[in-house]
Amino acid sequence: MSKTITKITPNKPVFIDNDPQDALVTLNIGPTHPATHGVFQNVVQIDGERIVSGVSTIGYIHRAFEKIAEHRPFYQITPLTDRLNYCSSPINNMGWHMTVEKLLEIEIPKRVQYMRVIVMELARIADHIICNGILGVDTGAFSGFLYVMQEREFIYEIFEEICGARLTTNIGRIGGFERDFNAIAFQKIEAFLERFPPVLKEFEELFVRNRIFIERTSGVAAVTPEEALSYSWSGPILRATGVDYDVRVVSPYCSYEEFDFDVPVGTTGDVYDRFMVRNAEMWQSLRIIEQALRKIEKEPVGVFHADVPAFYLPPKEQVYTNMEALIYHFKIVMGEWETPQSEVYHSVEGANGELGFYLIHDGGRSPYRLHFRRPSFVNYQMFAPMSSGMLLSDAIINMSSLNVIAGELDA
Amino acid sequence: MDNNSVLDNLRVAFGESISLIGEPHGLLTVETSAASLIALLSHLKEDSTLGFNYLTDITAVHYPLQIGREYCVVYHLHNMYENLRIRVKVFLDKDHIHIPTATVLWNGANWMERETYDFYGVVFDGHPDLRRILNMDDLDVFPMRKEYPLEDPNRVDKKDFYFGR
Amino acid sequence: MSKVVTLAEAPPGVEGAGFFATSLDKAIGLARANSLWPLPFATSCCGIEFMATMGSTYDLARFGAERPSFSPRQADMLLVMGTIAKKMAPVLKQVYIQMAEPRWVIAVGACASSGGIFDTYSVLQGIDEIIPVDVYVPGCPPRPEAILDGVLKLQEIVKNESLNRRNTPEYKALLEKYGIATNNG
Repeated sequence: MSKTITKITPNKPVFIDNDPQDALVTLNIGPTHPATHGVFQNVVQIDGERIVSGVSTIGYIHRAFEKIAEHRPFYQITPLTDRLNYCSSPINNMGWHMTVEKLLEIEIPKRVQYMRVIVMELARIADHIICNGILGVDTGAFSGFLYVMQEREFIYEIFEEICGARLTTNIGRIGGFERDFNAIAFQKIEAFLERFPPVLKEFEELFVRNRIFIERTSGVAAVTPEEALSYSWSGPILRATGVDYDVRVVSPYCSYEEFDFDVPVGTTGDVYDRFMVRNAEMWQSLRIIEQALRKIEKEPVGVFHADVPAFYLPPKEQVYTNMEALIYHFKIVMGEWETPQSEVYHSVEGANGELGFYLIHDGGRSPYRLHFRRPSFVNYQMFAPMSSGMLLSDAIINMSSLNVIAGELDA
Repeated sequence: MDNNSVLDNLRVAFGESISLIGEPHGLLTVETSAASLIALLSHLKEDSTLGFNYLTDITAVHYPLQIGREYCVVYHLHNMYENLRIRVKVFLDKDHIHIPTATVLWNGANWMERETYDFYGVVFDGHPDLRRILNMDDLDVFPMRKEYPLEDPNRVDKKDFYFGR
Repeated sequence: MSKVVTLAEAPPGVEGAGFFATSLDKAIGLARANSLWPLPFATSCCGIEFMATMGSTYDLARFGAERPSFSPRQADMLLVMGTIAKKMAPVLKQVYIQMAEPRWVIAVGACASSGGIFDTYSVLQGIDEIIPVDVYVPGCPPRPEAILDGVLKLQEIVKNESLNRRNTPEYKALLEKYGIATNNG
């Protein structure tokens, strides 16, 4: 190879051309290429249709989450976590709340934990729907995407019923939820459990034994478990390589240890396996939601937060009428609460992998340091090295199967 | 295996070059020096009884008030077999923010270290490609350091008057 | 299910036996407004809501925006959805410059309109710092209905705009303010 990439500045790859006879072509994919589903730039050198080498440039929507977090009280950080992986915001919200609860050592009632499990699993389904639907689009099957997107709207309706927002939910509070799930929310969750399985089954039937889909994905971008672990992969793409690492099982939070579910794993770690693992996870999520609904029925009705008035925002109507509630409200909103100096690492199984929150708290009104361990960021770094030797079209579906979310990637 | 046995193992192998910081929320936290970092990390990774094979995270923290220990680089490792985590901290002087790279042990350390460099200016010696990752290449500051403001100081439309400050 | 087909209302004109006369501006404006070709410049969360807007439930195609164009050359409605970081700003400007006249811009969501909650060193505080904007859609993210409403508002602008907008001194002055060359008139 006679050309080497020396320095990449945005949109301006600089190449040293030693040999004018060289047949390699430089191709700039992104940052706004439609096939990348987000703003990533990859400058690749191709020999015909085969990629010889590539360089990823990221940071096109770097929003300085961690810097903002050092300037905001805890409650104001929840909206930031929404915008990390915006396809599954509730998981991020819950992860953040649980981190703070771990710091403050708050005990959460069982019913609240099950409610959280329901919300998180719905979010996981919503996220996997996008990823697998888009993977279908990229391999040439648009209709599957339309079928499952319809169901995703229904998940949004459930979120709307629970918290009033669709996408960036800002759901929950430190210590529980802002309000109880109402009867309509429960009805809708039950309805979702009824209506989604046939759609998912149909979606699977479109792909799983489809010759075109198999030829396009099977054996593409296969990754060994050793490579995956060396690159610190986590989530469905790690499980597709055969490593059964799932934070929900390894370090259970929210009483996940009480639930009966399987951790689907793949064998070869290729795009087809990732698709299958995500599909299987949706079925498992449905199982978990079903169990959580049954468990909630056995818990005392109407419990939707822990009894921690010093940290849990009082109900709005009390703020206007009750002196004590007003004081707590003021203290919490202004961040003037008494919190221990400590550091805590908490991780949840996000839709893309291990979503970690590393919080260093010095007792002030905002975190001293908050670091997000973002699975998309960690997972995506293998993309350029693994693309070498791959066909260009395979690299595109490889990227969609990694399910890199730009907000989570760039922080 | 629990935190105590890990700590005993490390004390035997490294003696004075590691020290215990504590176990906040059950997560064993040890401190070491930049010189013995790679030896410690590879011992943690490769020792048959420890087996911290998975690099969860690398990040840094800035403590401008701790003279001589202004920067702290934090490593989170995970033993997946026994589900045990360990946190390794290295404190650095602001006049010599150099630390050896962990990319020799984990490929995944590459971008984590680049991000840390981008935010704090921690130089990872031996890193194959240490340049900015999230910010623009021509940014001349390390924005996560405490002395730099959150908001863009070049803004003219934002008058302090309107914000009561 | 009964199907109701509504036609676009004809612009005011002179009607007689076998003929209808109106100004060319109005006729072309009507055509343009009902066949806006969107260029989705989606960077973050609002892009996901745009996906829902394009999807079957909300169906942006009802309003003539059937064909999303990923090439700026064949688009006339630039929908900027999501945070634009300073690193991204030159790219966005380049995309705008590459669009042919007539071109309109909708800033979807708080980030594109004003920087939103991200008042930080790395985020552009509203895309109107680098390109002119016709319609702002508030929300973080806006609901699909809000995005549709933004498109309808833009259609009103398009309908009532002069055919020769690109040659007007106001428009040229506007583009010059942003440092965009106006040699295409």
